[in-house]
Amino acid sequence: MTPLKVPIDESTIRSLKVGDAVSISGTVYTGRDRVHKFLHDGGTLPQGLSLRGGIIYHCGPVVIQDADGQWKVTAAGPTTSIREEPYQAQIIRDLGLRAVIGKGGMGDQTLAACKEFGCVYLHAIGGAAQVLAECVTQVSNVYFREEFGSPEAIWELQIVNFPAVVTMDSHGRSLHAEVLQASQEALARHL
Amino acid sequence: MSQLQASLLDLIRRTSTEVPDDVNRAILDSLEREKKGTIAESALKIIDQNIGLAKQKSQPLCQDTGSILFYVDCPVGMDQLAFEEAAHAAVLEATQKGFLRQNSVNSLTGVNDGTNLGPGSPTLHFHQHRSETIAVRLVLKGGGCENVGAQYSLPHGPLKAGRDLPGCRKVILDAVLQAQGKGCGPGILGVCIGGDRSTSYEFSKKQFLRTLPDRNPDPALDELEQDVLNTANELGIGPMGFGGKTTLLGVKICAINRLPASFFVSVSYMCWAFRRHGVTLAPSGEITQWLY
Ligand code: SF4
Repeated sequence: MTPLKVPIDESTIRSLKVGDAVSISGTVYTGRDRVHKFLHDGGTLPQGLSLRGGIIYHCGPVVIQDADGQWKVTAAGPTTSIREEPYQAQIIRDLGLRAVIGKGGMGDQTLAACKEFGCVYLHAIGGAAQVLAECVTQVSNVYFREEFGSPEAIWELQIVNFPAVVTMDSHGRSLHAEVLQASQEALARHL
Repeated sequence: MSQLQASLLDLIRRTSTEVPDDVNRAILDSLEREKKGTIAESALKIIDQNIGLAKQKSQPLCQDTGSILFYVDCPVGMDQLAFEEAAHAAVLEATQKGFLRQNSVNSLTGVNDGTNLGPGSPTLHFHQHRSETIAVRLVLKGGGCENVGAQYSLPHGPLKAGRDLPGCRKVILDAVLQAQGKGCGPGILGVCIGGDRSTSYEFSKKQFLRTLPDRNPDPALDELEQDVLNTANELGIGPMGFGGKTTLLGVKICAINRLPASFFVSVSYMCWAFRRHGVTLAPSGEITQWLY
């Protein structure tokens, strides 16, 4: 497994290839439908928050507050990424993202943006809510919780050894497109 | 809390946090089969770890705790309304205790009132039988995998699928192809051939009550089940769509009568987080046996 530490520089991202298993440590920011639409429609991040060189994670975590007011993540699996396809390319460019974590893969526009701006799509294991929650060591901050609601907020999470697989790289390759094509051909042989 | 409500709460807790033995075994078998050192193998390892961790912590396997589907076999004369009330109370309590996520949204207003109760949630299917026991089976059906389900009307021109078993085979395999890894595969298919549109889907889901190693008593359907399973696993879609040998863990197919005018094939896809458990209950409501 390739260790990946945030913030990530462009040459590290360019060295990653489809099929590489990575283990991510550092800060990631959750963002799903509301956040993507907001940023796409011209919304800006709160003062002082920058995702340059960073990672956005398509996830609506289950977060509870303990008796001392500390946030704790109890489930943190990925959500389906393709819903953000209309927005993702622009957000990769505007925010300077180096990686997007999610599940199910994304489309051609995102793939093109990964190539142009030096970004990768990292596929986490869908449904592995408990294993992935164990990788979250701390909740550092939360933004837009009031406006978007808890699952749709931007949660700033510290993660350690979070496992994922590069399924779309910065050289125009998509594992999703390749597996689809190979499985189509295999099925044609079986019909 | 009534004894019945307590038993149903325990059924919900166990269903949400533990996969049944037959599913666990199928996942371990597939882990053996995958090539060592591949991303398919590592995906299955993480799935296996997750199963262990959820059980140990008694926390939901997946954060999407799914549609809540009860299947109840009951003696003639059982008070179904009282049962329904107890089931609702158990769902509410399971939600407050975190065994179920606040997961039910008003389709018109978008409001989630955090109870998991509302039209269609939970869904209860009652079936009378001539026996004194009450058997309750529960399936929690995730949304991501529900989204890749499909219904075909035969004949299907583009797929060249006619109104016969080879035609059924073509459309079922097409559903597997379209789903790729998007339903959190490796998956399990529940299929119904025939019926009207809604009944057909309903019967396809009921196939999830069967255990994975069981065999279909109908030889033609048994052959189709084995064939679709083996063929799907040769497509190379693999766990999470990463490529690999394990695309499906099981295929369960039933056939019901249809009108001469229609021929539906309904395919429901269940993710690896296959949550299904069942109990038999004494008249007092106490659990007498776990069914899976
Ligand atoms: S498809 Fe299943 S495993 Fe995947 S997120 Fe939904 S419920 Fe969880």
